Amino acid sequence: MTDVKARIAMRAAKELKGPLVVNLGIGIPTLIPDYLEDEEVFLHTENGMLGVGPYDPEQVDPSIINSGKAFVTERIGVSYFDSAESFAMIRGGHVDVAVLGVLQVDEHGQIANWAVPGKNIIGVGGAMDLIEGAKKVICTVTHTAKDGSPKLKKKCTYPITSTRAVDMVITDLAVFTFQKGEMHLIELMPGATLEEVEKKTEAAFINDIGGTT
Amino acid sequence: MNKVKMTAREAVACVKSGDTILVGGFGLVGSPLTLIEELTQMDVKDLTIVSNNIGESGKGLGKILLQGKIKKAIGSYFTSNRDVGEAYGAGKLELELVPQGTLAERLRAGGAGIPAFYTPTAYGTDLGVGKETKNFDGRWCVMERHLKGNVALIRAHKADTLGNLVYYKTARNFNPLMAQAADYVVAEVDEIVEPGQLEPDEIVTSHLYVNAVVKAEWILTAEGVRRHND
Repeated sequence: MTDVKARIAMRAAKELKGPLVVNLGIGIPTLIPDYLEDEEVFLHTENGMLGVGPYDPEQVDPSIINSGKAFVTERIGVSYFDSAESFAMIRGGHVDVAVLGVLQVDEHGQIANWAVPGKNIIGVGGAMDLIEGAKKVICTVTHTAKDGSPKLKKKCTYPITSTRAVDMVITDLAVFTFQKGEMHLIELMPGATLEEVEKKTEAAFINDIGGTT
Repeated sequence: MNKVKMTAREAVACVKSGDTILVGGFGLVGSPLTLIEELTQMDVKDLTIVSNNIGESGKGLGKILLQGKIKKAIGSYFTSNRDVGEAYGAGKLELELVPQGTLAERLRAGGAGIPAFYTPTAYGTDLGVGKETKNFDGRWCVMERHLKGNVALIRAHKADTLGNLVYYKTARNFNPLMAQAADYVVAEVDEIVEPGQLEPDEIVTSHLYVNAVVKAEWILTAEGVRRHND
């Protein structure tokens, strides 16, 4: 499973070409810093920091954390600010890319990532703000749930995060984009086949890569 | 004018049953642990707590929750303390879940004399249900009311005796906003200095917002919460 998530994070990192200000959500996006090579990608975290550096066991300060409450470090040029300022950056359209972990994505690009009915999950954090305010939203998700059911659905069955559509979804099997309310398959992940993607995807999508099953 | 209180007990004596209390912090970082510890010793109930989280299970505000002193919690992320969901499920706690940016802005508005504002965040979702809506420039928004408290309990790094505050790293978070949005503001700090010893340009919260300052006795370390020993 970790491998699967790492592969998704690695692919998502390739989308991040600087100069960019990027906010990484909790879940799979927290693995992305391990694969970021571009010095001009500046990480923003909604608890009030721009210029987040990777975890370093030699440099732990309990008052420097990211939104997942993990210890992080300072990059050169770092700044700190309060929560209203941090969300002014997000809601005001100053953050270039948000990478979110999600539970479900529908065929029009709406996502669900903050609640599961009947479960003790009561938290929205900054997800609704990020999807409204970031210029581009990339979602990362394992293609299917543990029971094999598809997470790319005709319609989300969990409560949606926004009426806005996301721009891209990256799974362990494929990469899709959303254009004018339609879902397009643009890439297969290494080792995945079109047949497998079709079998494990409930959402209707347009095949932009060619090939038949 | 000297706002320094000798004990945390004296600083939080203003808290009464039924109050709305704004409590700073993101998780335990920037959380006023000493003032919260004092609340565990006080005979108060029916509190409405406005805070991003309700601490962790049995830690920070999580302690107050287990004591049954909280009637309602307003925040953005309660998943990090499973006791919150359980108390809510058992009908012992009211919850108002708010997107984090909306929570911050509602507090900012509360402090700035702005009674309400519009935002697209939460429009069309379960968290936008029942809210007034309006379309601006082709984009649907919900109306959000400001948030204010009777008391704010906040955490800063340094204070001078007038009540000017500076913060430290990501421990700043909601604290400066809450300092502006309550009738009575208590700040817990690592160090108290004389007026003139803080660099004026570094002061984030000016003294006019602050009523009481007290030295932190409980601090957060990489290993967890512990009592401070000089």
